Amino acid sequence: MSETKERKLFMYHRMLMCRMFEERVYYLFLEGRLPGTIHQSQGQEASAVGVCSALEDKDMITSTHRPHSHAIARGVSVRSLMAELFARETGCCRGKGGSMHVGDMEAGMVPAIAIVGGGIPLAAGCALAFRYLEQPNIVACFFGEGATNIGTFHEAVNMAAIWNLPVVFVCENNKYAASTAVEKVMRVKRVSERAMAYGIPGETLDGNDVEAVYQAMRKAGSRARAGDGPTLLELETYRFAGHSRSDPGRYREPEEVAAWKQRDPIARYEAKLLAERVLEPAEITKIKTSIERELEAAVAQAESDPSPKPEDCLSDVFAS
Amino acid sequence: MSSRASAVSNQEIPGREVTMVDALRAALREEMRRDKRVILLGEDIGVEGGFGGAFTVTLGLSEEFGHHRVLDTPISEAAIAGVAAGAALAGLRPVADVQYGDFLFLAMDQLANNAAKLRYMSGGKLSVSMVFRAPVGATTRGAQHGQSLEAFFMHVPGLKVACPSNPYDGKGLLKTAIRDDNPVIFFEHKLLYGSKGARKEKGGLQVVGWVPDEEYLIPFGEAKIVRPGRDITLVANLLMVHKSMQAAEILAAEGVDAEVIDVRTLTPFDWETVFQSVRKTTRLLIVEEDNLTGGWGAEVAARVADDCIGYLDGPIRRIAAPDTPVPFAPVMENFYVPSVEKIVGAVRELVKVHN
Repeated sequence: MSETKERKLFMYHRMLMCRMFEERVYYLFLEGRLPGTIHQSQGQEASAVGVCSALEDKDMITSTHRPHSHAIARGVSVRSLMAELFARETGCCRGKGGSMHVGDMEAGMVPAIAIVGGGIPLAAGCALAFRYLEQPNIVACFFGEGATNIGTFHEAVNMAAIWNLPVVFVCENNKYAASTAVEKVMRVKRVSERAMAYGIPGETLDGNDVEAVYQAMRKAGSRARAGDGPTLLELETYRFAGHSRSDPGRYREPEEVAAWKQRDPIARYEAKLLAERVLEPAEITKIKTSIERELEAAVAQAESDPSPKPEDCLSDVFAS
Repeated sequence: MSSRASAVSNQEIPGREVTMVDALRAALREEMRRDKRVILLGEDIGVEGGFGGAFTVTLGLSEEFGHHRVLDTPISEAAIAGVAAGAALAGLRPVADVQYGDFLFLAMDQLANNAAKLRYMSGGKLSVSMVFRAPVGATTRGAQHGQSLEAFFMHVPGLKVACPSNPYDGKGLLKTAIRDDNPVIFFEHKLLYGSKGARKEKGGLQVVGWVPDEEYLIPFGEAKIVRPGRDITLVANLLMVHKSMQAAEILAAEGVDAEVIDVRTLTPFDWETVFQSVRKTTRLLIVEEDNLTGGWGAEVAARVADDCIGYLDGPIRRIAAPDTPVPFAPVMENFYVPSVEKIVGAVRELVKVHN
């Protein structure tokens, strides 16, 4: 199989895993089997997968309160993610993180930062360390359009820009900060225009086109790796679900939601791969079945995994 | 005045008298020479022809180590803290600073939500080995350049808090802080930097301390009894250690033998040294420059009450700043900052009434 074909199938598979994981998690919540809350990412798979597929081993990502797809796309194990959502000791954060803090630096993901904009300086800091230690790695820093209104965005993007740090700022513009439409809180038409303020390249692209995202990230990543500094990528996308599990999304017109569902990143990529004969119709069912089995195994494992002890609450505050 | 709080001078070991600024700079220099992962981040810390940070602590370090290790940042406290935390996650040992502790509030989310919690949220997998230096203390700069903020950070699980009162401790604790795998907020009192040089402080103490030439570290969580005594325990930090010592001298002339404890670090806190002292002296006065309500002294009072109440021959008292912002007018600031006279007065009351 050619490298390109392999990559395309990989991206398709990863996007499906993101979607099916989220759908599975949604039903687990409805059934009352998971504690806490969730911020789901159905519809935003192309940005997570397109960006992460363009990364190399030991590159790093930072994420947000909506981190499941980022984690799956980066290769954090699905079992450890599911176990974390089940609040198990086997979870990627040993039950101390939960949905909003999943991550695993061994896999290349800083535990997700659930304060909007809070992860942006961390990304710049990791990038500073990579350059200082002469590691050939970059950081992909995910955040939503809402985060570009908070001070840390300005401070950290500026700092990364003046120091030419190897970081790519990935804005997933899903049009709403919780229930607040982007037009209400931003005078510029495009988030990418904000790049001008820092003297770095900014680009807006179809965030539901995984191939376009991948290519843009390769380009921005090469630039960062070469020491030419950060890029701001704005990926226009849409979350099909509400902001969190309790949000029915009444602030969005049904027509708008329907229109975006027509641009479903997975359906689009599937059609494209079928047309290119990269994917055969018969394979689709096989792939979905195998993902279903993997998720089933992850859920079964998580349910039987040990819970942390109550007093484990007291450990891991300090490194000894 | 000269204060020799270090009390470790030993003629056998080569060493010399240095100021707090000298001692802190030496700590940074030694650790940067020792470990390539140590970098400095801050505003105006390495500019040629500049001043080596607000209080000259980093003066000369960019010349020795280069601008890739002494990074002059924009005025971006949140990013300074967050970039330091991120760099720590990826293997560096950054020492960041703010020009005035008051600016820590701008960095609070990065410190309290990220640096402090990432180890915990990751289930103990990560460590955030960073130091954040911050000058505190009222020095006629008014309400936004003179606060004492230790209690805010003592309240955040996951942060260590150091507050040295003299050059010997300053150097030893800063070196320990840099090697610590946890985020450390390192408070320095502006009036203890020294009263000479380009950035001398009016009313600053010429705190000179003997520091050995050979390397040493001071572990966190070990308070120091800077003056042993029998009649009352005074617990203090930073500048208040010196005021408590002055008060103790005055009281000694009156026949009151005060024991003075310098806490040195607030997190971890050396409870045992304080408890043992209180059990011996049966009286406790806590002296802090922070606002009274919710200050670190309140925690000391509560713990001592919990552990030693049966030993106490009187109420636990606190001398602290009143619950107001730091005023500007020197006449008001002198009233605001706990004074030697107030300490002496409080001790006299405690000893007299409950003798």
